[in-house]
Amino acid sequence: MSDTHAQTVPFVRDTMLPAASPPDRQSGAIRWLRENLFSGPVNTVLTILGALIIWFLVATFWDWFAHSVWNASSLSECREIIAATWGEGARGACFAVIRERWNQYVFGFYPPELYWRPTMTFGLLMVALAPVLFGASLTIRRVVLGITAIVTLAAMMWLGVPAGWLAFTAVVLAFGFLASERNIAWLLPFSIVYPLLGVWFLWGGTLWGPIFVLAGPVLGWLAWRLLGSRAPMLGVVVAALVTILFWLFLAGDAATDAQGLVPLAIEPVRSDRFGGFLLSLTIGVAGIALSLPLGIVLALARRSDMFLIKSLAVMFIEFIRGVPLIALLFVASLLLNYFLPPGTSFDIILRVIIMVTIFAAAYMAEVIRGGLAALPKGQYEAADALGLDYWKAQRLIVLPQALKISIPGIVSTFIGMFKDTTLVTFVGLYDPLKSMSDAVRANIAWKGIYWEPFIFVGAIFFLICFGMSRYSMYLERRLQRDHR
Amino acid sequence: MKKSVFLGTVAAATMIAGMGLAQEGSTLAQVKERDELNCGVNTGLVGFAAPDASGNWTGFDVAYCRALAAAVLGDPNKVRFVPTTGQTRFTALSSGEVDVLARNSTWTFSRDTDLALDFVGVNYYDGQGFMVRKDLGVTSAKELDGATICIQTGTTTELNLADYFRANNMSYTPVNIDSNAEGEQQYMAGACDAYTTDASGLAATRAAFADPENHIILPEIISKEPLGPAVRHGDNNWGDIARWTLNALIAAEEYGVTSRNIEELVRSSNNPEVQRLLGVSDELGAMIGLDAEWARRAILANGNYGEIFAANIGEQTPIGLARGLNAQWTQGGLLYAQPFR
Repeated sequence: MSDTHAQTVPFVRDTMLPAASPPDRQSGAIRWLRENLFSGPVNTVLTILGALIIWFLVATFWDWFAHSVWNASSLSECREIIAATWGEGARGACFAVIRERWNQYVFGFYPPELYWRPTMTFGLLMVALAPVLFGASLTIRRVVLGITAIVTLAAMMWLGVPAGWLAFTAVVLAFGFLASERNIAWLLPFSIVYPLLGVWFLWGGTLWGPIFVLAGPVLGWLAWRLLGSRAPMLGVVVAALVTILFWLFLAGDAATDAQGLVPLAIEPVRSDRFGGFLLSLTIGVAGIALSLPLGIVLALARRSDMFLIKSLAVMFIEFIRGVPLIALLFVASLLLNYFLPPGTSFDIILRVIIMVTIFAAAYMAEVIRGGLAALPKGQYEAADALGLDYWKAQRLIVLPQALKISIPGIVSTFIGMFKDTTLVTFVGLYDPLKSMSDAVRANIAWKGIYWEPFIFVGAIFFLICFGMSRYSMYLERRLQRDHR
Repeated sequence: MKKSVFLGTVAAATMIAGMGLAQEGSTLAQVKERDELNCGVNTGLVGFAAPDASGNWTGFDVAYCRALAAAVLGDPNKVRFVPTTGQTRFTALSSGEVDVLARNSTWTFSRDTDLALDFVGVNYYDGQGFMVRKDLGVTSAKELDGATICIQTGTTTELNLADYFRANNMSYTPVNIDSNAEGEQQYMAGACDAYTTDASGLAATRAAFADPENHIILPEIISKEPLGPAVRHGDNNWGDIARWTLNALIAAEEYGVTSRNIEELVRSSNNPEVQRLLGVSDELGAMIGLDAEWARRAILANGNYGEIFAANIGEQTPIGLARGLNAQWTQGGLLYAQPFR
């Protein structure tokens, strides 16, 4: 080493300084605050404003929540308890109404001794959904099915289920678990028959009804097999006709006769006993399950080259989107009664499900059409170049990508539709938000109660919708194929 | 081939439509065959119709449905209560979804004629009133000039309010609300000076307040609201049954027939009117297609009119309505059942 500079430089450091921790202002909570809340004048002002709003809300409503009463038999008793505990003039929430009427918010007027049936139905719904929604991840399936099994069985026991049905549920849940561990595809047949099974569990009556409903499409399929090879178009028409005519004229009588021969019935529950979240979930789940396939078909039809199909799809979508859902519900509840033969009881819930479904399907079609339009033209051409026919190209190349793009929109439509189920209040059905609360308020004991039911029902709606939204984000992440 | 498919579809459609046009038979026969009465009621109105925690319906209108079911089918529990909203109620009746509508509906000219309903009588004489805070210092509706008033939209009350203020040369600012519960909330929050609805509803609302003593119901009743059960035009026999079931309940009170003493009166009463009412003498039931004991069962279902009133909305209940106009004509009210002869 040269010593040329030995006299000119008084000090040369010959060791490295040890790494020091960053200054306080640049680490930990302070740094986070500086970066996220006080990064500039605008941000600082907004932060202070936000804090003030939160403080205002808490300061205004805290005493109301803190003085909640959960144990009372009427609003006046609530008021007495609040006055006795926190002094005259204190205010407080009276959640006792939820404690006393929770069953109606959840099950409507379903016979209390049969509450276990909807519980079982929705427990098994998770099993039926597992291969569809959680087919890819064993861990998630374990968690979902495990929680479902525990909650369903515990709730059913608490609600007083007959031992036979408890065993049946346990067996199905165990089978679901087994299939989930070994091969999730085993559950698919269960998923396919589940809709009919669910209808039977909820409405009761004879099992032969669903069996003969199922027999309709089977007969139609047979007719199609017989004719389809010679005249495909006629085959489809005849198959549809056979199915519909069988449903209209034979299925009912056949079910009655079969029931006479081999009784397979559980206690029937009429549609007017449905209400609360049972009604919302029934309409919501059915609407979601039906509107997605219908929406896909409509979206494809709208992009079709065939003039008639395309114009019919455009007319249907634009008409349904141009009409408010309430108008459709009124048509379902009022107008149809004039057109149907007197005495025919076309179930009101079924009518509402149909209307909600076609309403959601029209929106769904546009969301999916957006996905289809976003797909590069090269994908369609590549499918053609591979020699795939139309349906194969759609199924293998186009739709998987288009649906992936559309996931946020699809789930938004689902969430919107689920919340729209509360509109059935206008046709005299007991939705949890308004009708059920009004019915509870119509009892003099709870007249005058206002916010508590809204908060309770709103919280449950939030949980369900938030769950759907999180699921859609999970799905987006899982299906992400591009590298960012 | 295409043509035959098309023709087949047309034939099927015609067939289904033809079934739709098939004339319905008499309502009485339908009810008897169904063994159940479909009764349209309110989705929930304090004192008049409300389901309890286990889904059983009770109330003033509900009691009428049960009496009718008892008269026709022999069992007050053979009723299916069909909750109807303000929008769906009349369509539900005219489309045949319900056999009778007992849903606190006001009997008006246009409803009776244009909507093709038949009101069979009046089971409650109501009228529109006002409620205000006591510290407002108002003692008469005539002093409400310039007030903000909470009013339910789409009801006759809205029109009555406009009529009343126009007739008295006063102005008001309406605060539109959607339901009774919302009206109470707005009124309590001070969004309006006065709350107006049917007087029976006002009484129930006031009774549910935390501080009922700080609110008064003004003495003016600004409209006539005769509430009554209704049936469809065109089936007069069914209308007769509905009308005379209501009359039987009212007449029973007039003659002192109650659910407690009815069995005794059947055996021992020598009042010819009571004998005819209870089917001891004459055969009035046969004239409307029922048996002789129809009225006896109707009265036994929930008691006579007075008992029904007392049990659901009377002064002993929290709602605490006085009989007022709804007293018997002998007591200075308007209830007047036509003679059973």
